[in-house]
Amino acid sequence: MLNRKTKYLLGQTTFHIVVILLGFLMLYPILWMVSNSFKTNAEIFGSSSLIPKSLSLENYIRGWKFNNTITFTTFFKNSFYYTILSTFGAVLASSLVAYGFARVPFRGRSFWYACMFLTMMIPYQVVMVPQFIIFHKIGWINSFKPLIVPQFAGLPFFIFLMVQFIRQIPYELDDSAKIDGCNRFMIFTKILFPLIKPAVITSTIFSFYWRWDDFLGPLLFLNKPKLFTVSLALRMFSDPQTSTDWSAIFAMGTLSLLPVLIIFLIFQKYIVQGLATTGLKG
Amino acid sequence: MKQLTPRRRSFLNDLSGYAFISPWLLGFIAFSIIPILFSLYYSFTEYDILGEPIFNGLENFRRMLGDELFWQSLKVTFFYAFVSVPLRLVFAFFVAMLFNRGTRAIRIYQAIYYVPSLVGGSIAIAVMWRRLFMADGALNAALTKIGIVTDISWIGNPSTAIWTLILLAVWQFGSSMLIFLAGLRQIPKELYEAASIDGANPLKKFTHITVPQITPVIFFNLVMQLINGFTVFTQAFVVSGGSGDPLNSTLVYALYLYQRAFKYYDMGYGSALAWVLVLIIGVMTGIVFKTSNSWVFYEAKEGK
Repeated sequence: MLNRKTKYLLGQTTFHIVVILLGFLMLYPILWMVSNSFKTNAEIFGSSSLIPKSLSLENYIRGWKFNNTITFTTFFKNSFYYTILSTFGAVLASSLVAYGFARVPFRGRSFWYACMFLTMMIPYQVVMVPQFIIFHKIGWINSFKPLIVPQFAGLPFFIFLMVQFIRQIPYELDDSAKIDGCNRFMIFTKILFPLIKPAVITSTIFSFYWRWDDFLGPLLFLNKPKLFTVSLALRMFSDPQTSTDWSAIFAMGTLSLLPVLIIFLIFQKYIVQGLATTGLKG
Repeated sequence: MKQLTPRRRSFLNDLSGYAFISPWLLGFIAFSIIPILFSLYYSFTEYDILGEPIFNGLENFRRMLGDELFWQSLKVTFFYAFVSVPLRLVFAFFVAMLFNRGTRAIRIYQAIYYVPSLVGGSIAIAVMWRRLFMADGALNAALTKIGIVTDISWIGNPSTAIWTLILLAVWQFGSSMLIFLAGLRQIPKELYEAASIDGANPLKKFTHITVPQITPVIFFNLVMQLINGFTVFTQAFVVSGGSGDPLNSTLVYALYLYQRAFKYYDMGYGSALAWVLVLIIGVMTGIVFKTSNSWVFYEAKEGK
């Protein structure tokens, strides 16, 4: 007979072993990619090994040069430009709109709020074709405008998140600011915006992720290689029509994940919080 | 403070309210309402973007009935959504249950299991996935090691290709897991304590407390992920090299729509396809909502 303590320890150990094994399996594809970024093309062929023979950075150098006329310097610049400007616009606009919905009792408020929810349900495929035609007619194709300008309207998901946050802040704060002679805009910038910081940070992180990974938008609106984002470049790099330099692709692929992983390590707390609030209070 | 008449105050409220929501309102009109109206109009036309749209009534919808690729893409998409979404949710729920305890290492495990969701939407991962399941990829190499020698290309075989996409989706169960975990932690401890006093066994507690308390969260995730499942594009595009091959077995609906509209500039037909997608999503969401009464438990709202 096992006593209680041994039984408990045995249970705990099994739990940790199972979880760690499954965790390894989950991370394996990513580790395999990182490891492949150091291997030669011959080494990758038919191998599941995670340990490269040498740690040379050759693939990174070759990959970065891309096709020698345009390099990944351009692609990373484009990606950062698109991501940062879009994120700035989306978060700023969302916070303004959220304040309006959460605090100002104007006529038609609930109607527009419902409209906003409805747009979350409409697939992008519906507006994709006419948006392309409109942007084509006003000469926005092959510029970042069709990708960035719509972000300055704010994102329903972020607006919703911030409205939830603002509603938890007591009205007394607004009232006392009003007595001190603040108008609505000042109340927003001086009092509420600093208080909804967690929601702002969460939105910033998610916006960064979504723009950084965005593929369909750039695919539709950017056709010149010098405008390509990292996503588009990686996809062109792996085009099955040409013989593929897998080592170089894996090297650039690994680099493309770095910003995402670094942000995750720094802001983990906010991501978990964001998922929890939006997933629960839907 | 100046005293304002109620009328003037409500006028000022309207003014500042609309000023604050104006970025969204303008964007809503310019990037949603106007395109939606145009899309509706185009769906009844033949339009190749170079010329003018030519009205042709219900021709586009009639054409779908005889369009084999349309039916194929529907089949692929339904299969993909109805296999990957439930599998992902089941996995997420199972692991969340496993992690719902006070061990200190959980925070680290949680983070590790979330990493695939974090990077899963990127092109780098989609490209890697393609390589992983090729004939000379890591899966076959690993299988060889444990004695199963095969040179099947999981990507190139029409009966397995869609499964690589499903696996890619299920692999990213981490975000749902975090959402479920947050939900599990919000279940009041008193409920379990009371049940223990009444002599309920762990299984009873699970079916009578945990499941009913968590169903609203599952429900919300089911609806949102089904919608996402029906509109999957990027992964199928990259893994199949943009073609939906082999033998159109990965030709998901959004990919077919993209090909029609932007490869063949068949904008009218593309728009019609988009509206059928809206219809499908609407019907599916409706069904989930309608049946939700029988399986979703909403806590009786306390009088607020």
